[in-house]
Amino acid sequence: MGWEFWIQVIPVVVFLILGVSIGGFVERRHFKQLAIREAALADIIVTNLKTIPKQCVSQSCRLVVGDVTIASDYFKTFAASLRMLIGGELRTYESLMERARRESLVRMLEQAKQLGANAVYNVRFGTSSIRSAQRRNRAAMVEMCAYGTAVRLIDPMLCIKQP
Amino acid sequence: MIVVNTEMLPGYHIKEVKGLVQGNTIRAKHVGRDMMAGLKNLVGGEIKGYTELLVEARRQALERMLAQAEQLGANAVVNVRFTTSAVTQGAAELYAYGTAVIVEEE
Repeated sequence: MGWEFWIQVIPVVVFLILGVSIGGFVERRHFKQLAIREAALADIIVTNLKTIPKQCVSQSCRLVVGDVTIASDYFKTFAASLRMLIGGELRTYESLMERARRESLVRMLEQAKQLGANAVYNVRFGTSSIRSAQRRNRAAMVEMCAYGTAVRLIDPMLCIKQP
Repeated sequence: MIVVNTEMLPGYHIKEVKGLVQGNTIRAKHVGRDMMAGLKNLVGGEIKGYTELLVEARRQALERMLAQAEQLGANAVVNVRFTTSAVTQGAAELYAYGTAVIVEEE
């Protein structure tokens, strides 16, 4: 084993350690923040029902959108590429998708709250691929968007019970 | 202009359907942003540059859609949907479409 071997291996090991430590820290912090922000927005009703009950609306409806892009870390990508050899569940990417989805939803709800809405109807999720597509050695990156129609219901509980 | 992604607009009734309106845009960030995104792939976390890119692109697609609706003389767009496609690496195509209608308060 010459120095050429170590020159190839050392960066990988350093990146893996960076990925595990910083990536893990960033993820834990993100989940914590998400929990706090979600709790603050818990009073908004989120549904993907298409029809807004007519008699309940006291304010004009508005489209609200939440966008987010989240990168995978080196460790996640590495672990997933190993897992893809034998197939099965890619757990490291699942948490990535969850973070993106929750973050985009929270951003959408924050926009709705700013408009004074207390319900969001017809919520949909979409993904995009700025970078993740068409790349052989693909680095995972999630671009998620959530959108829906923000409304202010006069009596939220009644409207949900009797659509 | 009222924009919603539901099929009906509560409190209004649709008087006239003007037809499908659409807006699309393909945007990219400068190379520096792409390089930063590559670095972010080591440690994970949000890529602010690309989030910005998405927000800008969405706004522009919506604006173009609304301009079309205005040209048709509509005062609302209902059932708005977004789709995206991967044209090339580092760029995002955003496409917004909906139905332009004339609504009247009930």
